Amino acid sequence: MTSAIAPLVQLGRPDRTPKKMVSLTIDGHGLEVPEGTTILGACASLDIEIPTLCYLETLRPVNVCRLCVVEVEGARVLAPACSRLVEPDMTVHTASPRVRHSRKLVLELLASSVDLSTTAGMTELLESYDCRPERYGPPAPPAANRDAAIPGHHAAPDPAFAATVAQPVKIDNELYVRDYTKCVLCYKCVEACGPDHQNTFAIAVAGRGFDARISTELAVPLPDSACVYCGNCIAVCPTGALMAKDEHDLRAAGSWDPSSQQVTDTICPYCGVGCTLTLHVQDGDIVKATSPLENSITLGNLCVKGRFGWRFVQNRSAPRA
Amino acid sequence: MDPRRTSSAQWADVWLGLRVGSDIALSNAMAREIIHAGLAHEAFIGNSTTGFEEYKASVEMYTLEYAEPITGIPADVIREAAHAFATAERAMVCWTLGITEHHNAVDNVLSLINLCLLTGHVGRWGSGCNPLRGQNNVQGGGDMGAIPNKLAGFQDIEQDPAARERFEKVWNTKIQPTYGKNLTQMLHAMHQGEMTSLFVIGENPAQSDADAHHVVKALTGLDHLVVQEIFLTKTAELAHVVLPSTASWCESDGTVTNSERRVQRCRKAMEPPEGARDELWILSELARRMGYDWKTPTAEEVWDEVRVVAPDFAGGMSYKRLEELGGIQWPCPDESHPGTQFLHSRLWETPVGGRPAPFSVVVNEPPTEERTPEFPFLLTTGRRLESYNTGVQSGGYDSPLHFGEALDISPEDALRLGIAEGDIVRITSRRGSVLAPAHIDRALRENLVFMTLHFPDEVKTNVLTIDVSDPKSGTAEFKACAVRVERASVGAMNAELV
Repeated sequence: MTSAIAPLVQLGRPDRTPKKMVSLTIDGHGLEVPEGTTILGACASLDIEIPTLCYLETLRPVNVCRLCVVEVEGARVLAPACSRLVEPDMTVHTASPRVRHSRKLVLELLASSVDLSTTAGMTELLESYDCRPERYGPPAPPAANRDAAIPGHHAAPDPAFAATVAQPVKIDNELYVRDYTKCVLCYKCVEACGPDHQNTFAIAVAGRGFDARISTELAVPLPDSACVYCGNCIAVCPTGALMAKDEHDLRAAGSWDPSSQQVTDTICPYCGVGCTLTLHVQDGDIVKATSPLENSITLGNLCVKGRFGWRFVQNRSAPRA
Repeated sequence: MDPRRTSSAQWADVWLGLRVGSDIALSNAMAREIIHAGLAHEAFIGNSTTGFEEYKASVEMYTLEYAEPITGIPADVIREAAHAFATAERAMVCWTLGITEHHNAVDNVLSLINLCLLTGHVGRWGSGCNPLRGQNNVQGGGDMGAIPNKLAGFQDIEQDPAARERFEKVWNTKIQPTYGKNLTQMLHAMHQGEMTSLFVIGENPAQSDADAHHVVKALTGLDHLVVQEIFLTKTAELAHVVLPSTASWCESDGTVTNSERRVQRCRKAMEPPEGARDELWILSELARRMGYDWKTPTAEEVWDEVRVVAPDFAGGMSYKRLEELGGIQWPCPDESHPGTQFLHSRLWETPVGGRPAPFSVVVNEPPTEERTPEFPFLLTTGRRLESYNTGVQSGGYDSPLHFGEALDISPEDALRLGIAEGDIVRITSRRGSVLAPAHIDRALRENLVFMTLHFPDEVKTNVLTIDVSDPKSGTAEFKACAVRVERASVGAMNAELV
């Protein structure tokens, strides 16, 4: 063999050599995980459940929800498990009183200010942390226009009421609605729209402090924004603040019924990428299309055609172009 | 590299906004620069390729200075692209119809293959040539032999007697060792009266093919036209018999192959509308009435037959394994084979495994129609993100991105012709004339206009396009025809729609 031609095994494949193992203790259990694992990942290998809102395995952690905090012995402050990497001989407590107290505060403040009614698993979570968001008072009336809030200009809050992020639902197109009354500012939509997946950058966080909100540029309606309607923000939204209009309308009509939906994986009928489409069929009609997070082709992402372009199969009677 | 500054181009570090139809001038100039800069992968060329000397001589005339006026790209930008491509650890060339919808489509592709051979960017992880497929199963159609010269698994009908024999044994019939006709040749044969019957499955040639008047004339002249469809398309309206079928991607089971050769399972997720039949049932029923009993096989049974007649290609791809592995990339000859992530790694064996890869001598040829004083614009056609082909599917949903058809024109040309955004213009080629609203688009250069075929009921773009095609691939030159653009009135557009 001549030296100039690389042997087959070295034809540029990424390095997949095994990583160094790190020993640590979590809740009294000793374990070894590969270097570079997060505490959250290490907990998963012990089947220790850590609540999260802003974490998703397909997005880079942004550490904003503070729900996944754990106590690391020797550290001054609690650490977000979703992004803190394991270190040799680390000792971690995931359910210490300090951890539970901190999570409870986060949950109560969120529940007092945000509509969490469509956040999966939230009812159980609030119960398990003995949360009483009502102790902050009845919800304040919705702000007239949160999009117009100017940094530094606040009316003093009325201590008799719990401030909320409530505002009218934004319905400005036929594909999806934005109900920011349900937004916990987890940044997932911003990440998915931006550098982590779609690179469209149609939305970002505007405003400061309690005025912070997800917004298009200059708060323009979606059709006037850079949005390409991939709906990848819907796919990552943990609270239902972003929702396909079909689902929103069915919920409003009281006929959204996930328990009766048949869920089938097939392949998108459009281009040659071959995205897996998970079709949610209710009463014989497709009511939603998603893609599995773990799918190697999509990582849960689709484009406008895959996520919304399936309606043609449901109305065959009219002649077509 | 794109004549239009597309949204992808806006993300690029460098955008090479080449003139329509100057692809080979660009590739050959890059090749010459790579060779002269000493960046060619000589060990790979020596071990794994043939025809390099002839190729080298053929690109010698394509200096950067020669290519600049042809391509419209500054010489130093071509140089930069050539050096970046040649020196990258991994590089791939991805293309779509901008390369293949030309009268010299195959030569365009060969010129890109040449670049990959020259630099060794082939047969390695993260490198190579990637024609990106525009339909979810256009690859699978070829895989299954729905092309005139190959049987399933790309086994040649004329040149592979062993393959023919394998099929003959399983199918219990004689396979004629002659190539069939491609679409362009079929249309020609219909016009000549040599082809009198046609069975169309899930395609809308009356609106999708170049020179639409010509195509509709061919279809209406047939003795018998059968269209198997999920809608009453414009093509189906011309048919003597329409066979309503299921939407195969969600109302029946089967497989499709994506752009990376990954065979994946389609699954039945819902019941079809009343009267629509599974496509396998329709074909089996047709066979039965012609005297063959196929017993209406399931999709899996048909697939298992593919595995028998094309064992090197799909032998290892059982439905069970396709489920377990989430799809498998062909070739996959046996059930212990993991599938093939990239092709042509044999080229890196020393000595080369199998036939060395040939360089091809290709010369730059401009589009068939060039701009003239009578037709001073070049029209190039393409797609938009939210729409799909003739709109049969994508017309079914309400997208804020649907703006209808328009003629995209550069601000400079619009200013010169006194055209404002939304003005109705008449676009005329040597074959026909259509009206459309104008959209002023900074993504376009002067003298180039752009349209799609997504809204053929409003604007029959393919009335304009030219029915010249690549003799080797049969692909029509959708990407270039000469047109003139004139201001018209809204009344004219309304009158034409009526």
